[in-house]
Amino acid sequence: MKKPLDRPELRADDDSLFIANISRRAFLKDLALTGFVLAAGFSSLAWAEETAAPAQPEKYGADAMPHGWIDDPLVFVAIANDGTVTIICHRSEMGQGIRTSLPMVVADELEADWQKVRVEQAPGDEVRYGNQDTDGSRSMRHFFMPMRRVGAAARAMLEMAAAAQWRVPVQEVRAELHHVVHNATGRTLGYGQLAKAAAKLPVPAREALRLKKPAEFRYISKGQTGIYDGQDIVTGQAQYGFDTHLKDMLYAVVARPPVFGGKVISYNAKDALKVPGVVKVVELPSSPPPADFNPLGGIAVIARNTWAAIQGRKALKIDWSKGPHGSYDSVAYKAELEAAARKPGKVVRNNGDADAALKDADKRVEAEYYAPHLAHATMEPPAATARIIKGNCEIWACTQSPQACRERVAKWLKLPVDNVTVHVTLLGGGFGRKSIPDYVIEAALISKAMNGKPVKLVWTREDDLHHAYFHTVSVERLEAGLDDEGKPVAWLHRTVAPSISSTFAPDTKHQMPAELGMGVINVPFVIANLRVENPEAEAHTRIGWFRSVSNIPHAFAIQSFVAELAAAAERDHKDFLLDLIGPARRIDPRTLGDIWNQGESPETYPVDTGRLRRVIETVAREANWGRTLPKGSGLGLATHYSFVTYVAVVAEVAVNEDGELSIPRIDVAVDCGPQVNPERIRSQIEGACIMGVSLATLGEISFKDGAVMQDNFHDYQLTRMDSAPHEIRVHLLPSTEFDTPLGGVGEPGVPPIAPALCNAIFAATGQRIRQLPIRDQLRKS
Amino acid sequence: MTTLNINGKPHKVDLPADTPLLWALRDQLGLTGTKFGCGMALCGACTVHLDGKPTFACVVQISAAVDKKIVTIEGIGQDATGQKVQEAWVTLGVPQCGYCQPGQIMAATALLKQNPKPSDADIDKAMSGNICRCGTYCRIRAAIKQVAGQRRPSYEKATGSSRIEG
Repeated sequence: MKKPLDRPELRADDDSLFIANISRRAFLKDLALTGFVLAAGFSSLAWAEETAAPAQPEKYGADAMPHGWIDDPLVFVAIANDGTVTIICHRSEMGQGIRTSLPMVVADELEADWQKVRVEQAPGDEVRYGNQDTDGSRSMRHFFMPMRRVGAAARAMLEMAAAAQWRVPVQEVRAELHHVVHNATGRTLGYGQLAKAAAKLPVPAREALRLKKPAEFRYISKGQTGIYDGQDIVTGQAQYGFDTHLKDMLYAVVARPPVFGGKVISYNAKDALKVPGVVKVVELPSSPPPADFNPLGGIAVIARNTWAAIQGRKALKIDWSKGPHGSYDSVAYKAELEAAARKPGKVVRNNGDADAALKDADKRVEAEYYAPHLAHATMEPPAATARIIKGNCEIWACTQSPQACRERVAKWLKLPVDNVTVHVTLLGGGFGRKSIPDYVIEAALISKAMNGKPVKLVWTREDDLHHAYFHTVSVERLEAGLDDEGKPVAWLHRTVAPSISSTFAPDTKHQMPAELGMGVINVPFVIANLRVENPEAEAHTRIGWFRSVSNIPHAFAIQSFVAELAAAAERDHKDFLLDLIGPARRIDPRTLGDIWNQGESPETYPVDTGRLRRVIETVAREANWGRTLPKGSGLGLATHYSFVTYVAVVAEVAVNEDGELSIPRIDVAVDCGPQVNPERIRSQIEGACIMGVSLATLGEISFKDGAVMQDNFHDYQLTRMDSAPHEIRVHLLPSTEFDTPLGGVGEPGVPPIAPALCNAIFAATGQRIRQLPIRDQLRKS
Repeated sequence: MTTLNINGKPHKVDLPADTPLLWALRDQLGLTGTKFGCGMALCGACTVHLDGKPTFACVVQISAAVDKKIVTIEGIGQDATGQKVQEAWVTLGVPQCGYCQPGQIMAATALLKQNPKPSDADIDKAMSGNICRCGTYCRIRAAIKQVAGQRRPSYEKATGSSRIEG
């Protein structure tokens, strides 16, 4: 049985020699004492460079992220006397396997024996570790190279230390699986024996590092490294945000305003305080707009255990005001979005003259698609534990953004940022919800109200579904014209959806470049007359990031519509789609109106239609596209480029006589560039398939009188095993050259699933689904 | 004070008799491997065994668990089948975030103990009370079949294709 955790569980050994928790300043002091001069490559603080230079060329990728990247081995690697290598993981683990994959990269370049590697989670500290916002499918994309350099630099230092001890030139030694070997004599020294001497050496210059050639990789690209936390997970020892246990800890839940923008008018806690175990009831302040990352306010019930807190909350009597969004109604709002989509809106991309071409077209096709709000429904609802001792606040939280937690908690508690420590636990799912630290601030405020006592704040499932930062809701209206050969000559797309920007600037009525760049303006289609418009939409709830974000409605509409056009042109969908994409070419995303490009350089990451074609051709071949299926079964195709990764899907569905849908098989082809951990890439894509199926078939959050109508998994249903695809085949496009840029993995599998399913349903039944979720639209009444 | 038999040992619990077993395990006994997911017997994250039967601990009052043998994820490895299930979960890389997996493992172990060669329909029936938001169902099915001595999922390394099915 676990002991209460009174100290943060930092497991660095006292005799860890190479770094671990020694401050940068302390290390510099040590260097000065030992008389070494700092090497040029030592200054790896990208953030400092960023803020120092006045005029800079445009920055992309990790360089453009807050606090950039760090590649200092003294920050990320510790080697103990016994040879144990501790590697810091500074990104949050939420199922993508990053606590395995990033340390594995370090271990590979370090020539470390993975059996002797221990992974330690970094607390929130971006100055020290570089950017920690674990979102945007970019952990590996942004940190593959810095982590390789971390490993290579540490390896070089061990080699130098061995060479010095043997008094031989460093060129004569090589590191090999936790030892340094002298080539000529075969003498070896273990990493543990070398650590102390190596730690005193200067970190080699970045330019001087020798990185491995791909053929030398031991772990990278092999897919043989098991999940680091696997054993802890299957034995119930893994520690999530919900599991934090401190001595004398209290437990809290909060009753929040049912309507966004609502407030407590009055409340009566008399009955709540009678519940055995309830200690105190306190009011939390509401926040004026914008929503930002702020807690919603409400009434907190603090108790001696979670159940008592929940029972106490049930006994509260609260009179809420509704505020300005009290009439938010999903049925009426859908009609508003449709009305907006049927009128011209802000032009966000324009090529040729779509109106004239539509008028002259031989055949005209139009369709409207609706995709509702979604909640992330992480299996672990939000949870955070806080305590405050002498002006220092310590947090344990399942968070994707520990630095944001630190900064926001500091602001709310009026403490210096340095006085706030955020320990990152495992996350029981994130999907974008845990990028937002509202719940962490709540925990800190409640601890403060309890004079700094440790308090674990948990959200129930109802809290989670009622108060998410919801995936947007959208109407996508498409019109296209075909010439007499069935070739598309005009394309008009109106996309209408409340923007995530509205969460930070409530007057926002248009999608921001990042949302438009998620597959709606940057369509690489060969159509001379193409216009994309973005009519206004007002937000009435908190809109946030949901795994793959606006790509979901955009891919659903566009990839469904292309299938509709192919049918209108009486052509094979795959052939039609390939013709629409046109020949293999590398397109500057700016010429497609996409100035955002996922934050990446347009030169390094152009839209490569050759790669897009290849995933389509691969998935079609592997799924045996065109194969004959029994009556009621069908294949559906869809493709989507997002997070600088190319994905294509073929779904096989069967619809029985009662209109019940089953999914015997999904094939997915993925080109994410070089594959660092193919095994975890496969698992992410398998998971994305099922999340895609879930949102396509069942997912919907709806509002009435301003409040969310769904309460728990009985009315916000998720795909279960009996309705999941029976078989998923993942086809990773070969890429052995590790000098080509990496693509994202966590998110890009999700968007093409819904349209592939709907296209398969059309093939199976002739019924076209234009409104998600599919739910019982196929049922025969 | 209530005494509960958990993983073969007596544990004293000082909570009102109507408190769900889940919170006694988690908050008072520090057995946090049993997870909260819904509080309404809808998701299976809190699955434990009561006298060998898979049970949702979020809706079982501690008074109803007295005199029963309670096994949690922390104790299931002592059972031969439980241990095999845990090993299969690791070998096949089933977990993603892992939060639902203790419940999945408890449900799968109960199934395999009662039915060592389950059919797909048996697996669907036994496992559909447990939600996995990461979407690991195909690997869960494959892991159950591996324990049952049936075929494993295939990885065709040459073409970069993998096939996960039951």
